[in-house]
This record gives sequence, C-alpha cells and structure tokens, in this order.
Amino acid sequence: MTAPLFRLQGICFAYEPGRPVLRDAGFRLDAGERVALVGPNGAGKTTLFHIMVGLLHPSAGVVEAFGTVRRAEKDFREVRARAGILFQDSDDQLFCPTVLEDVAFGPLNLGKSPAEAAGIAKATLESLGLGGFGSRITHKLSGGQKRLVALATVLAMQPDVLLLDEPTNALDAETEERLTGILAALPQAMVIIAHDERFLARLSTRSVRLDGGYLTEATARLS
Amino acid sequence: MSVLDANAAVTGDACVCDADLNAAPLASPIDTLDPRTRLLAAAAFALVVVGVNAPAALVLALGLAAGLGAAARLSLTGTLRKLAALDGFMVMALITLPFTVPGEAWLSVAGLPASWQGVERAAVILLKGNAVVLAILALVGTMEPVVLGRAMARLGAPEKLVHLYAFTIRYLDVLQREYARLRTAMKARAFSLRADRHTWRSVGWLFGMLMVRSIERAERIMAAMRCRGFDGRLWSLQDDGGFRRTDGVFALASTAGLALLVVVGSL
Repeated sequence: MTAPLFRLQGICFAYEPGRPVLRDAGFRLDAGERVALVGPNGAGKTTLFHIMVGLLHPSAGVVEAFGTVRRAEKDFREVRARAGILFQDSDDQLFCPTVLEDVAFGPLNLGKSPAEAAGIAKATLESLGLGGFGSRITHKLSGGQKRLVALATVLAMQPDVLLLDEPTNALDAETEERLTGILAALPQAMVIIAHDERFLARLSTRSVRLDGGYLTEATARLS
Repeated sequence: MSVLDANAAVTGDACVCDADLNAAPLASPIDTLDPRTRLLAAAAFALVVVGVNAPAALVLALGLAAGLGAAARLSLTGTLRKLAALDGFMVMALITLPFTVPGEAWLSVAGLPASWQGVERAAVILLKGNAVVLAILALVGTMEPVVLGRAMARLGAPEKLVHLYAFTIRYLDVLQREYARLRTAMKARAFSLRADRHTWRSVGWLFGMLMVRSIERAERIMAAMRCRGFDGRLWSLQDDGGFRRTDGVFALASTAGLALLVVVGSL
C-alpha cells in the first residue's frame, strides 16, 4: 500500500480565538481519488485547502503531504509545486499582463528557462483548447475564459493533486460543461469544493462533509 | 463535438486583440526604439531643459519636442488638449509672476506695476513646462504601460517600485469595477450625493470598504502567487533584446540636440 498523497490528522484552526473553524479535522487523499468537499458557506472548506498547502498553519494537528510531514514554510514549497489550487476568483490568480506570461509564471518559478516555460505554457493552453490565447490580455478575458486560463496556470506546474475551489462558480452552462469534460479527463487526484450536486455527482468518487468544524465522510455516497 | 462547440462559444468574442502585443498597428519611428532609449532620452531632455534659462534655447527645445511628437505620430488635437490642461494648471503662477518679480515697469494694473522681467520669467516657465511634457508624451506616453514597467526594471529601478507599478496596471481595472459595483449597490437603495452628514459617512464607508477589499484581494493574489512558487522575484518570459543600431543613431542625435540647447542657452 503506497503512502497517501495527503493525510491530515487532528487539525485545529481558528481565525479568531474562541471561534474555531476546524476542530480535530482528519482527511486522507489517495492517488486516483476525486473527493467532493461539501459543506455550508463559511464552514472552512477554503481554509482547509490553504492549510493543506501551508498558506495557513493549524494551531494543532499534523499535515502530511506526499509521504512527508510538513511543518515549516520551506517544507511547503514542494507541496505547493505538487498540489495546485484553483482559486474561487480567477482575478486573484491571473496577475500577469498576457495569458502566456501568466501560465509561464509557475514554471519560471520552478527554475525552467524562459524558452522551456513558454513551451510548457503553450502546450498547456493547447491541451485546454486555448491555443490562440497566448497574447491575450488577462483582465480583458470573459469570466469563463479567465477560469480556464487559471486552470491552465495550475496545470502548467504539472501537479499531482488539484485542489479546486468552486471551479464552476458563476460559469454559464456551456463553459461549465466544457470545464467538467476537461476535469473528468485529467489524471490528477482532486479535491473539489462545490455546491452543485449534479456537477459533483459526475466527477467525484467520494464525498466528505465539513460542518461545524468537523469533517465527516458523507454517508450518502454520490453515485 | 459539444466540446468543440463550447470552445467556439468561449473563444467567440475574442478575436479583437489577438495581435502580438509588441507589433503595434501603426509603428512610428519612435516605436522602433528600445524602450530604455526612450526613457533615458526623455529623462535627459527634461534635465537639460530644466537647467536652461535662455528663452531662445527654450524655443528651440519646444521645437525639438514638437519634432519628437511628430515622429511619434501624436494626434494634434489630443496633444494640444493635454498641453492646455497643463497650462491651465500653471495659469495662476503665470498671471501673478509679472506683478511679483521686481524690475523694469511694463504696465500697471490698478496701480500694481508689472515688470518685463516677470513676463520673461513666466514665458520661460511656460516654455519649459510645455517642452518637457511634450517630449515625455512623445517618448514615454506612446509606450504600452507594461513595456514601460519592464524598461524601468531593466534600467535598474528598484524592484519593489516596478512590482507596485505592474500590479497597479493590472488591478486598477478590477478596483474600478469593485468601486462601480459598490456605487451601483448604493444607488439601487436610492443613495444620492448630497451635502449632508449621511452622504459623508456613506462615502467614507464606501472608500473604507474599498480599502478593506483591496487589502484582502492583495492577500489572495499573494497566496495564489505563493502557490505557484513565487519567492519575491518576477521572471520575465521575454527576451527583450538589446540596443540596436537605430538606438545608437537616436542617442547620438539626442546628444547633439541637447548639446545645441546647452550652447544656445549659454550664449
């Protein structure tokens, strides 16, 4: 049995003292899984993602990623390269002037040469059907285009795990359909935050629920 | 099939700005220069013109700036409007100078004497301001903001400053939309600007909220960047190339022009 991609144990976290968001949360993600993370607004789903990649640090508990326990900022550098978050608001993710520069930003940070990075960026855009988008200005894209380009920026890092924070939020039906098709064809393990049950039913292999700070395996398995 | 259709739908409204960023539709002679050359030339021109005081030299400087404007294919009306805005800004100083600078009397208004020296001082300021702004409009104003940022970075401007500038360009529009959304939401509840306490307080909250949202957005952007391995340095994808022959020619011509200004100015 291989080590899980992520194993979280006894995670506690609070933004303000006395109002815990997570209490003793445990979670495990194995290769090939597509886990739906559901729960009411403000339950801490995004917070859990941020703890998984070390953007936030739990007050108690252990984060184990890719077979190693991670504590300090430098431990999480590798985690962030291997587990990509798709943020809720794509405007937060796309900050470079042009699409190609934005998609190449991650590979450049990973030490690729400009030529290699541009090559990866082009290939990634191509694979998402965004071939002609390289020189487009990021902030002039439509909402749907921004979401797909944001996904490209994450995929260009060639991650093993995708953490998708409401990927279909505010997308029209056609773009949602297209994105669902793309995600279903990806080999990566995923954790997907979403409220749309139909969408989750198509993608996810199991479902966990975060409510009142507790993380529980959803009993009603999505089929 | 459906994926292809969706693809067409997503890319459908997209064909306008697909052209390469660096290939401006109407490349002027100025556009063919390296952005760094343009920045340096504009800075040198401004420094020399500020230092020169002879009206003849300043008329020449204005002529040179007008030549740059022509070479940059600035639109005449747009440029005149911008210069008029500048002159409007200086108009109070220009009107009061003849009355405040002592010297040979020129005329008197309501018992106040105006001096020739004051008129000359005003003319000098007017010429300097217009020449410098015209040159900057021609050399720097025609540059894509992004190109300007990269040129500053390559000239050794502090990295923080360049980042600030780059993020301002990128997020100004997002902030503006956030502001517009909040304003619309206020209007939708019958808010209108009046000169009362309620208005002041509401506008204060509007800007406070805008500030809070901006900080939160900055934090989210920073988090997203860290997720992609950002460690304080922005790598450029483009190989910007180096100075070319035209840059050398332009640098020589600029140096000659500026030298001429200095010589005429010291006659």
